[in-house]
Amino acid sequence: MAWAGKLLRVNLTEGTCVSEPLNMDWAHTYIGQRGLGTKYLMEEIDPMVDPLSPENKMIMATGPLTGTNASTAGRYSVITKGELTGAIACSNSGGFFGNELKNAGWDMIIFEGKSPKPVYLFIQDDDAQLIDASDFWGKSCWDTEEGLKAKHGDEFIRVASIGVSGEKGVKYACIINDMDRAAGRSGVGTVMGSKNLKAVALRGTLGVKVKDREAFATAVAAGKAVLAENPVTGQGLPTYGTQVLMNVINESGALPTHNHQDVQFDGAHDISGEAMHEPRKSDGKPNLVSNAACFACTIACQRVSTIDRTHYTVKDRPEYHKASGGLEYEAAWSLGAATGVNDLDALTFANFICNEHGIDPITFGATLAAAMEMYEEGIIDDKITGGVKLTWGNAEALTTMVEQTCLVEGFGVELGLGSKRLCEKYGHPELSMAVKGQEFPAYDGRGIQGIGLAYATSNRGACHLRGYTIASEILGIPEKTDPLESDGKAGLVKAFQDATAAFDSAGVCIFTTFAWTADDLTPQMDAACEGEWTTERLLEIGERIWNMERQFNLAAGLTAADDTLPKRLLKDAAKTGPAKGKVSELGKMLPEYYEARGWSAEGVPTAETLERFGLS
Amino acid sequence: MQKSLHINPDNCTGCYQCVLACSDEHGGDFNPMKSRIQVFRFEDEGRYVPYTCTQCDEAWCQKSCPTDAIKIDANGAKVIEDALCVGCKVCTIACPFGTVNYNADSGKVIKCDLCGGDPACVKACPTDAITFINADTTGFDKMRAWAAKTDAGTQSA
Ligand code: SF4
Repeated sequence: MAWAGKLLRVNLTEGTCVSEPLNMDWAHTYIGQRGLGTKYLMEEIDPMVDPLSPENKMIMATGPLTGTNASTAGRYSVITKGELTGAIACSNSGGFFGNELKNAGWDMIIFEGKSPKPVYLFIQDDDAQLIDASDFWGKSCWDTEEGLKAKHGDEFIRVASIGVSGEKGVKYACIINDMDRAAGRSGVGTVMGSKNLKAVALRGTLGVKVKDREAFATAVAAGKAVLAENPVTGQGLPTYGTQVLMNVINESGALPTHNHQDVQFDGAHDISGEAMHEPRKSDGKPNLVSNAACFACTIACQRVSTIDRTHYTVKDRPEYHKASGGLEYEAAWSLGAATGVNDLDALTFANFICNEHGIDPITFGATLAAAMEMYEEGIIDDKITGGVKLTWGNAEALTTMVEQTCLVEGFGVELGLGSKRLCEKYGHPELSMAVKGQEFPAYDGRGIQGIGLAYATSNRGACHLRGYTIASEILGIPEKTDPLESDGKAGLVKAFQDATAAFDSAGVCIFTTFAWTADDLTPQMDAACEGEWTTERLLEIGERIWNMERQFNLAAGLTAADDTLPKRLLKDAAKTGPAKGKVSELGKMLPEYYEARGWSAEGVPTAETLERFGLS
Repeated sequence: MQKSLHINPDNCTGCYQCVLACSDEHGGDFNPMKSRIQVFRFEDEGRYVPYTCTQCDEAWCQKSCPTDAIKIDANGAKVIEDALCVGCKVCTIACPFGTVNYNADSGKVIKCDLCGGDPACVKACPTDAITFINADTTGFDKMRAWAAKTDAGTQSA
């Protein structure tokens, strides 16, 4: 029940697809999705492997609630050793792909080895086969998805694919499903490309069952009601999407601008959720067409947008006149505030291109921002950039570079390295705004102290989704903490990290946690899954998962030295806004955090901690 | 009072809650392909449109059925009587809207039966894109909106 009870093992070297029973002991100890996928990865690979070698594996995993009607329960994750970071990677995506995998009767797919030639995996319920993909190699994610639907004559097929960026090794290629949903971070698409796997196409018609239908219906209805009544999930997110945050974070003095040189952006309003609603001059229509939902989601935060048809980027390119997945806050920030570009249409275009070709807009925008700083400082020049002026706020530089990066051409080849490798190459590693090689998202660790600690300790490198303390520090959920205060943040970060691991592993979206606590998830898990599910058990599993991911990273050669922030955040005080004069107090928070976790001063889980979670 | 399903696609987010509720109600599992209501996604326009049987008064499906397996219940729903349905699929051809479909698992056809008068899709929809309202006044909300606009046009500012 809830779990399909089997996984598909795809050996790309041998070209075989074999069904295996799911290890139910592990399912009860790690739930599913992120937790269970990571457990399988831990058991099956050496954490020291080269992420792009055939010895690395890539797992697509659903959670037990995936495919049910619990609100937002359509998620899946891609778990592997990340190319961008060399750490554990787990990139979570919505859309409809996750449900389709579950409805085809599979909890997860484990890809191993490397195919001798480009292939795609095609699954129709029990039937799984690898098919030659030479016709699709070299194509964008959009063309691949449309092409596979046409080839199989079925518009209901769900597709996850990589673009040229993934094929050619851009370090932060993502996997795009349903045209504009992404398993976005850490270079999971790069790993997929290294296996010569172009796409996974699915058709599932078997149905998903739960343990106790009646109890589940009651629990799901209660969960939906909580989301509907909450101001963030019931109003803010449907109306403005995650872009509800642009003006809020700017006012908090925590909107990283110009590669984190500043913490407030003059152009914030121009690229905000509010601006997406404003009619534009050319045709009187707003950028935003509608909001949309992923599978089973009653929040519906997704933006669907169009680009002004008279805008320089698309006036001669009618293929971009249609509506598509529009700006989410993180992308609006990275493509906009980080680079100083305040042209909403240029940002929307750049975002479309990232989706079309499958690169992570957070890392791309942040890498371009680092390149812009190097250009402004004279560290790189026109000879290196191919004549493109990488000046702050230059929209044409943004839209030119996003295409060059996606297609692996010109200076885009170097931008495709990510900021860490790029800045190291030009002798200025300090200009990379990243942790464990992965770039920060859209919140500054000086103006919001807890998120700085969350970035430094995130197992997959800098990430807002591993412990979204913004909820507490800015939005007051579940209770307000002072963003400028570092006291108490170690415990807060730990609590968010553990709960998030449990929510991710269940198969629901982390955005539910604006309204839900684990107490809202528990009855849904308990009604759906065999066994007895309590909040304590869920949170204990969350903490177990966190420790297991840490074990992976330690075994992969990472140390406490990697739990740090760039000098800029630790030494250069914020220049304006409420955080003016502040730096990140990571040095104080980190030891408190290690202690709260039951880790040694060197950041290693103690024997006692490991034993407590059965991880010895 | 006869009630009917009323669909307002402008409100629809494409979440599939209606689809899941329908498949759960009728099949006991979550299986979008076996739902009697389907949501069509016109991604390039950002439009999502739910579609199901509107319970014709003179129902083509009913007229075409050679075994008289399609009955009318107290709510005016055209309901398939499984014991009589032989799975010939003639009704799926007769329905001009495509809302009667064959289910290979049971060997019978399936269509919306209004859940005996309390449609599950309506209860599941978070945006009121599907409502179950007085069949005689389904247009009144739109009329009200236009009335307000028309009147506003005659008022001086
Ligand atoms: S439940 Fe409502 S909003 Fe969701 S797909 Fe159905 S009609 Fe649209």
